[in-house]
Amino acid sequence: MDIIVQNVTKKFGTQKALDNVSFTVKTGEILGFLGPNGAGKTTTMKAITCFLMPNEGDIKVGGYSIRENPDEIKKNIGYMPENNPLYKDMPVIDYLSFVAELQNIPALKIKGRILDMVNICGLEGEKHKKIGELSKGYQQRVGLAQALIHDPKVLVLDEPTSGLDPNQIVEIRELIRQIGKEKTVILSSHILAEVEATCDRIVIINKGKVVADGTPAGLRKQAQGREILKVTIEGADANTVFKALQTLSNVHLVDFLSKSNNTFELQSKENTSSRRDVFKMCVDKGWFLTELTPTETKLEDVFRELTLK
Amino acid sequence: MRPIWIIAKRELASFFNSLLAYILLIAFLGFSGLFTWLTGSDIFMVKQASLQSFFGVAYWTLFFFIPALTMRLIAEEKHTGTLELVLTKPVSDWQFVLGKFLSTLLLILISLVLTLPYYITVANIGPVDHGAVITGYLGLILMSAAYISIGLFASSITTNQIVSFLLALLIGIFFHLLFSILARSFPGFAGRLLDYLSIDSHYESITRGVLDTQDLIYFFSIIFIGLFASERALAKRNISDN
Repeated sequence: MDIIVQNVTKKFGTQKALDNVSFTVKTGEILGFLGPNGAGKTTTMKAITCFLMPNEGDIKVGGYSIRENPDEIKKNIGYMPENNPLYKDMPVIDYLSFVAELQNIPALKIKGRILDMVNICGLEGEKHKKIGELSKGYQQRVGLAQALIHDPKVLVLDEPTSGLDPNQIVEIRELIRQIGKEKTVILSSHILAEVEATCDRIVIINKGKVVADGTPAGLRKQAQGREILKVTIEGADANTVFKALQTLSNVHLVDFLSKSNNTFELQSKENTSSRRDVFKMCVDKGWFLTELTPTETKLEDVFRELTLK
Repeated sequence: MRPIWIIAKRELASFFNSLLAYILLIAFLGFSGLFTWLTGSDIFMVKQASLQSFFGVAYWTLFFFIPALTMRLIAEEKHTGTLELVLTKPVSDWQFVLGKFLSTLLLILISLVLTLPYYITVANIGPVDHGAVITGYLGLILMSAAYISIGLFASSITTNQIVSFLLALLIGIFFHLLFSILARSFPGFAGRLLDYLSIDSHYESITRGVLDTQDLIYFFSIIFIGLFASERALAKRNISDN
C-alpha cells in the first residue's frame, strides 16, 4: 500500500502546523521523516492515521481517502504514537489481546497472533508483567507489538527510539528494518544517523513545509557543491604555508583550523580539485604533508542548512 | 457494535484491577445497609416492610460515587495519550464514548444486584409493594445512567481528573438539589420548568411506583445530551477556529 499526501494544510487556531504538505511513500519503502521539534512531523502522522482531520487537502492510503474511508485505513495501519502511550496497569498479554480484538482478528487466531508478536518483539520473559513495570525498552517493544498485531500493510512510527539507551536503539532499529522488508513504513526522528541507517528515502519538513525529499545520498550530493579539504602541512611556519596555499590556482578560500598544528581548511573553486596541487607544492618546497582529508558534507549539515533558514 | 463491548469490557476489568470497584461496592453496600437496617429512619423504626429508606440513601451515595468512577474515564486517556492509540484503531468516537458509558453502568448494575438480598429479606418480614421496588430499582438505574453521562462529559473536556470530578459534582448538584430548591421560590412557568429539570421530582415519582413516559423522556434526554456533548468534545480536535 502506498501513501499519497496531497496539499495538506492543518491549522491550530491561526497557526499553520502544516502548510501545503505533499509527498508520497511507495509500497515497500521505508521513509524517514525528519524535522526539528515542532516542525509538524507528529501532526502529519496523526493526519495519516485518521486521528486529526486536515483543514485542506487529502491523504490516500492504498487508494482509500482519510475523508471517505477512515475505517479501511485504520484497519491497514499499525501506529505507534509519540511517547508510546500504553495502558500501564494492564499485563502485556491482556493488552495485546485487547488490541487484537479491536482490530477484528478472529477470536480463534488471537492467541496465535499474540504468541507470534511476543516472539518477534522478544517479549517472552515479560508477557505476564504489567506494562508499567517494564523498562522503557520493553515498553517500546510492546508499542511495536500492538502496532504489528494485525499484520498491517502500513506502519507509522513516531520517534520509535526516543528515550532508549544505545543498545536498545540498535535492537529496535534492527527490528524495524526486518519488519520493513514487507511493509510500507514511515518513521519520524530527529536523530539523523538513525534515519540514514534505516531509511530508503528522506523527507525533511520545517515549519510545516516540506523542504527536502530524496535519498540520503542524493540529499548529500545536492548540498555538497565545492570540494573541501582538511590539510596539515609541517616543516614551515603556519603563515608561510597559509600564503603558499593561497597562491594555488584552484584554491578558492583558505582558513586556519589550528594555527599551532598547521591545520587548514581549503575550499576549491567550483568543479575543481586541489589535492594534486597541494601534494606537488609540498614536494617542491620540501614540506611534510601529514594530513589530507576530503570533508564530506554530512546529513547534519544538510539538515541544519535546510531548517535554520 | 463490537468495539463498544470490547472497550466496555476492558474498562470494567480495569475497575476491578484497581481497588476502585471494591471500594465502591463496599462503601455503597455499607452505607445503604447501615441506613436501611440500623440507624436513622430504618425499617424497624418505621415498622413497615418497604425499601423507601434504601432508595433514599442510594439516591445520595450514588450521586457522590458516580463522579469518582467517571472522572478518569476520558481525562486519563487524554492525559496519557492512549486516546490516540484507541481512536486510530477501527473505532469511532461514538463507539468509544458508548463503551466507556456502558462499562460504568455495568459496574453500577453489579452493585445494585448485590443489594437484592435487602429486598429478599424485607419481603420475608412483611408484605412488600413489589411494583414499587421494581420501579425503585429502575429509577436508580436511570438516575445513575444520567449521572454517568454527565460525568463522562466532565471527563471529556479536561485532562485533569480532579477538575473532572468537581465539575461532574457541580453539574450534578443542580439536577440533584438546586433546581428543586429554586423551583419553590419561582412561581408560574419558571417554577414548573425548574421543577421539571430536577431529577428529584422524577426520581420520587418513579420510586413511589408511578412510571410516566414523561419521566423516561426526561432521563433519556439527559443521558443523550451528556453522551452527545462528550462525543462533540472528542471531535473538537478536528475543529479549528479560524
